[in-house]
Amino acid sequence: MRPFTFERATSPAQAAQAAASLQGARFIAGGTNLLDLMKLQIETPTHLIDVNPLKLDRIEPTKDGGLRIGALVRNTDLAADKRVRRDYAVLSRALLSGASGQLRNKATTAGNLLQRTRCPYFYDTTKPCNKRSPGAGCAALEGFSRNLAIMGVSDACIATHPSDMAVAMRLLDATVDVVGSDGSERSLPIADFHHLPGSTPHIETALARGELIVSVTLPKPLGGTHIYRKVRDRASYAFAVVSVAAVFGKDGDGRFAFGGIAPKPWRVAFADDAAKQGAKAVADAALAGAVTTRENAFKQDLIGRTLAAVYAEQEARP
Amino acid sequence: MAATEIGGVTRRSMLGAGAAVLAAPALAQTGSGAQAGASGGTTMPVTLKVNGKARQLNLDPRTTLLDALREHLHLTGSKKGCDHGQCGACTIIVDGRRINACLTLAVMHEGDEIVTIEGLGTPEKLHPMQRAFVTHDGYQCGYCTPGQICSAVAMLDEIEAGIPSHVTTDLDKVSYSDHEVRERMSGNICRCAAYSNIVAAIRDVAKANAA
Repeated sequence: MRPFTFERATSPAQAAQAAASLQGARFIAGGTNLLDLMKLQIETPTHLIDVNPLKLDRIEPTKDGGLRIGALVRNTDLAADKRVRRDYAVLSRALLSGASGQLRNKATTAGNLLQRTRCPYFYDTTKPCNKRSPGAGCAALEGFSRNLAIMGVSDACIATHPSDMAVAMRLLDATVDVVGSDGSERSLPIADFHHLPGSTPHIETALARGELIVSVTLPKPLGGTHIYRKVRDRASYAFAVVSVAAVFGKDGDGRFAFGGIAPKPWRVAFADDAAKQGAKAVADAALAGAVTTRENAFKQDLIGRTLAAVYAEQEARP
Repeated sequence: MAATEIGGVTRRSMLGAGAAVLAAPALAQTGSGAQAGASGGTTMPVTLKVNGKARQLNLDPRTTLLDALREHLHLTGSKKGCDHGQCGACTIIVDGRRINACLTLAVMHEGDEIVTIEGLGTPEKLHPMQRAFVTHDGYQCGYCTPGQICSAVAMLDEIEAGIPSHVTTDLDKVSYSDHEVRERMSGNICRCAAYSNIVAAIRDVAKANAA
């Protein structure tokens, strides 16, 4: 790791101000992704602001009937929360399908949204990567791309966002609540939170410099049947090759979000519109405009089959 | 242990750590920074409660909790495998929760209650999980074992607390099964593949706890 200075945050506004005022400052919460990357010198912050003392670790009801999830709520606690299990089961399921027990005990809600891609070329500092060094080129385009994105990609980057939690958050139309360096607060729909790579893949979110996530808010429960189905190369503790989050209503309508196929949790309104027509129609709508490589084209079929399995699971539910 | 003695240990192990850094080609450029006292030339004081004892340390903020335990407090039961949270050999229990000690900074654990394998039991008085691993031969080389045991102890507490897993059919009905154990222990890799004996050891302890 490169040397850095370290401070413990005293308030969200103070932390945001400190982060904005120092080039090279980063927040650290769970640290499970940031420290991993710092050891590889992919992340080289010169100053770390430990936000754990802020105690943003509560899950509280909102006046709209939803839930406000503190930025520091650990993945384990969010998945196990009684209200989340009952009203947002797709979120519990997504969280429980991610990482390992040890990592879920440490990883936070905000950190999960901010985790960086696991593209092998992002992690390999001997290879060009536009995310690591803007303008360097992308080794993945002609490289080992089996697990990389097919939607929302550009000729600068085909990395996937690795989160399961974020896919469920996108399905549920969560909002991300942030505090800026001037102490001001704003909320972003999760749909707008993650950026597509375009020509600037190093810019991954809509956060301004210094902005600190303080909570993620879920709207009131949707009801219905919640399913999260993840397909991966191992039975446990592996990133998704593809994943499907779905909520079905009683009248056959449904909504869908997808993981493992895009640089952000992927959701398409047309796919929701096709819910009553079945898995193939939803897959066709969700994957319109797919850009594949020789190695990852199979993800199109896999999304269709995973959706078929999700429909079968829904029909089998009481 | 007196604070001065701890300080002495710290200085010696700092030198050791510096040599180790220099020996690693990929990290060689940080070696001089570490010796000059990185992070603005200062170390930070931190007090860790390790296995029931308060331990005061002055650490470079880069020091992971794992390195603080192993290199500074000489508690070498916790193992460094991958150093990236992938293998689980460094699993310890912090404030009752199992975590990867390699993926957290020691200075982020001021005042936290830390339990390592050395705190679970001793050769004279083994923890029931340690005893069960011996009985069932839940290892071959043994390198992953301290992490497996710490993980298993905290994992059974998670089941007891009703925390569901990926394989829990009904999120509100959490109970022990071998299937649950296999899923929940996936963060602990055993390259010798003693998995079936590890599951048998954990099953014994779970049964004894339930009795």
